[in-house]
Amino acid sequence: MHEMSLCENIRDILEEQARESGFTRVNRVWLEVGPLSCVEPDALRFGFDVVMRGSVAQGAAVEIMTPIATARCLACQHIAEIKQRYDPCPQCGTGPMEMIQGDALRISKLEVV
Amino acid sequence: MCGSCGCSDDQVQTSGSPRQIVVERSLMAKNDGYAAANRRRFVGDGILALNLVSSPGSGKTELLVKTIEMLGGNDPCYVIEGDQQTSNDAERIRRTGAPAVQINTGKGCHLDAHMIGHALDDLDPAPDSIVFIENVGNLVCPAGFDLGEAHKVVVFSVTEGEDKPLKYPDMFAAADLTLINKADLLPYLDVDIDLMIANARRINPKLVIIQTSAKTGAGMDDWLGWISTARRHAAAAE
Repeated sequence: MHEMSLCENIRDILEEQARESGFTRVNRVWLEVGPLSCVEPDALRFGFDVVMRGSVAQGAAVEIMTPIATARCLACQHIAEIKQRYDPCPQCGTGPMEMIQGDALRISKLEVV
Repeated sequence: MCGSCGCSDDQVQTSGSPRQIVVERSLMAKNDGYAAANRRRFVGDGILALNLVSSPGSGKTELLVKTIEMLGGNDPCYVIEGDQQTSNDAERIRRTGAPAVQINTGKGCHLDAHMIGHALDDLDPAPDSIVFIENVGNLVCPAGFDLGEAHKVVVFSVTEGEDKPLKYPDMFAAADLTLINKADLLPYLDVDIDLMIANARRINPKLVIIQTSAKTGAGMDDWLGWISTARRHAAAAE
């Protein structure tokens, strides 16, 4: 359940932002969770509600955005979307693919009061 | 124009009106900051730090005990042991003569870079030594947490099945070396070792793979050779 410790990181970042930007409450948090980030969105939502209690983001809504994961074929250099790390290249069918993006875990924006 | 009284001051912000703030901060930023500090410390002192990750029961601790014994005191070794509970593993390591600290993560499923920083303060490893970090037995969560190590090493045993790398791809993608351990059991199993290796390479084409047996000593020379090469790189980076 490392989603819980990720939620603690989110809470720390939100508390820091509240001090820097002078807000007192977070209504909504937009998270970017890459499909290959080894994070389960449902577990993240569950952990979020629990961890944010008593913080500036108590009761805040969470919007999880999932960008596509892309990879480059090591054989033919073709770039394509992948669903799993071991998907074969859709162009040449043989080469292994090296992930370019898809494992990001980021707070992208907040709605605050 | 102001919506409350009709004045022309559009700079007035009514308290309570929601606004959006762009943040763009990585959730791993805090861990990555501690990991960078650990890495600076390792590189600055010419220390090779290896993060050993595996399922519970892959034979990591036994492999580590044999490794330290075979290094024979020529290369100073230090060990950071991570487990949810007990200090059994650190005690096993200390019997080899190598200094070891135990981190108990309690309910936590992985070691993080902050814990490692504190463990390093306790261990105080000598320059040009080797620090082995034996992570919590878990093939999922430790993949995402950089500890500042030079390499992640996945240990998995022949009894775990050919499709382990496909089931837990993140860990194999994050590692530079895989030790397929308990290789002495192969004659007694129906496991297809070639398929096991092919599956690991499907996830990570650059993965170095060595078959080892801490019990018979098979493959241990190759593993020590790999450590020796990694140490030269660590010394060169100093």
